[in-house]
Amino acid sequence: MKNILLKQKENLITYGIVIFAYLILELLIATGSITSLLKGLLVPLCVYVILAISLNLTVGILGQLSLGHAGFMCVGAFSSAFFSKLTVGVINPDWLRFLLALIIGFVFAGIVGFLIGMPVLRLRGDYLAIVTLAFGEIIKNIINVLYIGIDSKGVHFSMKDSLSLNLEETGKVIINGAKGITGTPKNSTFTIGTILILVTLFITLNLIKSRDGRAIMAIRDNEIAAESVGINITKYKLMAFTVSAALAGVGGVLYAHNLNSLMATPKNFGYNMSIMILVFVVLGGIGNIRGSMIAAVILTLLPELLRGLSNFRMLIYSLVLIAMMIINWAPGARIARERFLSRLPFFKKRAELTEGGKENG
Amino acid sequence: MADTNAVLSVDHLSISFGGLRAVDDLSLSINEGELYGLIGPNGAGKTTAFNLLTGVYKPDEGIIRLCGKDITGKSTIDINRAGIARTFQNIRLFKELSVLDNVKCGLHNRYHYSTFEGILRLPKYRRVEKEMTDEAMRLLKVFDLDSEASCKASQLPYGKQRKLEIARALATNPKLLLLDEPAAGMNPQETKELMETISFIRRDFGLTILLIEHDMKLVSGICERLTVLNFGRVLAEGETKTVLNNPEVITAYLGE
Repeated sequence: MKNILLKQKENLITYGIVIFAYLILELLIATGSITSLLKGLLVPLCVYVILAISLNLTVGILGQLSLGHAGFMCVGAFSSAFFSKLTVGVINPDWLRFLLALIIGFVFAGIVGFLIGMPVLRLRGDYLAIVTLAFGEIIKNIINVLYIGIDSKGVHFSMKDSLSLNLEETGKVIINGAKGITGTPKNSTFTIGTILILVTLFITLNLIKSRDGRAIMAIRDNEIAAESVGINITKYKLMAFTVSAALAGVGGVLYAHNLNSLMATPKNFGYNMSIMILVFVVLGGIGNIRGSMIAAVILTLLPELLRGLSNFRMLIYSLVLIAMMIINWAPGARIARERFLSRLPFFKKRAELTEGGKENG
Repeated sequence: MADTNAVLSVDHLSISFGGLRAVDDLSLSINEGELYGLIGPNGAGKTTAFNLLTGVYKPDEGIIRLCGKDITGKSTIDINRAGIARTFQNIRLFKELSVLDNVKCGLHNRYHYSTFEGILRLPKYRRVEKEMTDEAMRLLKVFDLDSEASCKASQLPYGKQRKLEIARALATNPKLLLLDEPAAGMNPQETKELMETISFIRRDFGLTILLIEHDMKLVSGICERLTVLNFGRVLAEGETKTVLNNPEVITAYLGE
């Protein structure tokens, strides 16, 4: 029972860390002791944290490897940016429009996640990883050749070029193929980003601790046994995958509304991004929500903090990546770390609690 | 053939894998409250028979009835809902979940609230979760596992993992419990304890139990009736004592 209480406390600590970090950063901004470069990084930071949490739901909780997470982010970004551009000046105030954009990004990414999940979740492991990778690329490439315009006659749609939309002179092109969407209202702020992180955390952590979350983790641990106690495997796999995709969509909305022009490039929505999110999750701990958040923050800030090293920047970055991996996960390092932490008074109590559980067994 | 008293009745069940007839013309009928044994040497088709009964494999021929209802060819989930629960020869627990959560997974289909209620932690979530915890703890107590409720399942010693698997199966509220070599890998003391627990739950929960066992001595201790399989075929069936004295059965086990 002690451990269960401990877990509930753990969740509160996670929320606390987010709020604490937010307050510190706001304080630094207010006192002007933060560079403008770092300031520009705050919203992307929130985006990455949201993506890391959402991917951890698929990789850590459902136990399925997905390499197409950036694709769902892309769907969220474009569907919401499309909506925002269309309704800018129509729906006032801004916050209402942004809220609707968030819901649209969430729902569309969720729908795409559901549609892709239905066929691909029959696969497992490496096979699933490769197929999700392919779907992620397909999404990005479709959006790259998508032209949507609007005029008095309604919405025009083409996959060739903006001329073949046959718009009237007063019509405007909203999604212009590879040039993407320009003039999305910049509604994303650090505060909104932090609130969205908290909402994402709330959904994810509460889902994990519910009857559905238990079923999802049971499937991860043993599919055959889960089926033998009457858990519907297809349903819960799809549920986890869909929620994960929808939350990635929220990250996409935040991303899109932080830019003047939104384009689908290999850098922001390609597999590079998917793999980077996966690195956050693996480094922070598969199934460890808080760890993946911290990894996302460190790995996003690191390249910027290392800017002074110019050419050696990426080299140091890789070395830090390797070092973090070893310190976090090598068995010897873990034992040494636990031994060290158990000497500190704050961690001592926690170590005793977990230890107590072990001894009973 | 359909015996009105039979909880489980199996008629002429067969399945082949390629050229191998793993289960060949298996018929048996288990009465309510009975502890029935399915024994046989290695590779006799015992576990395959279990997999047929629980819908993991679909039989090529034959009919399976649970309390008179035809459940042949249904999915594992539907068969579990109809009232058959099982354990596995090689333990299959939800290793990363706590002991309590393992049993709560077994309760999955007996308690309901929506995903929405779960995420928002509405009052129904709290009420139902509490009911689930109480019920799970009650089951764990039967198996003397309540003090380890918050441990990870993988941290339990082997014998307790076997018990936990039975507790999880019981949580689905079955009419018929299938135990696949429950005493495998246990020492004599643990085996004795386990057999006492099985007898106890059978009385207390009013269960019918079908048990696969390798060890004939153990079977003779608790099973009332037996079916002996060899090479997929029924070699002998009937009262435990008579079956175990059957010369053919002794030959199958000990060789010529």
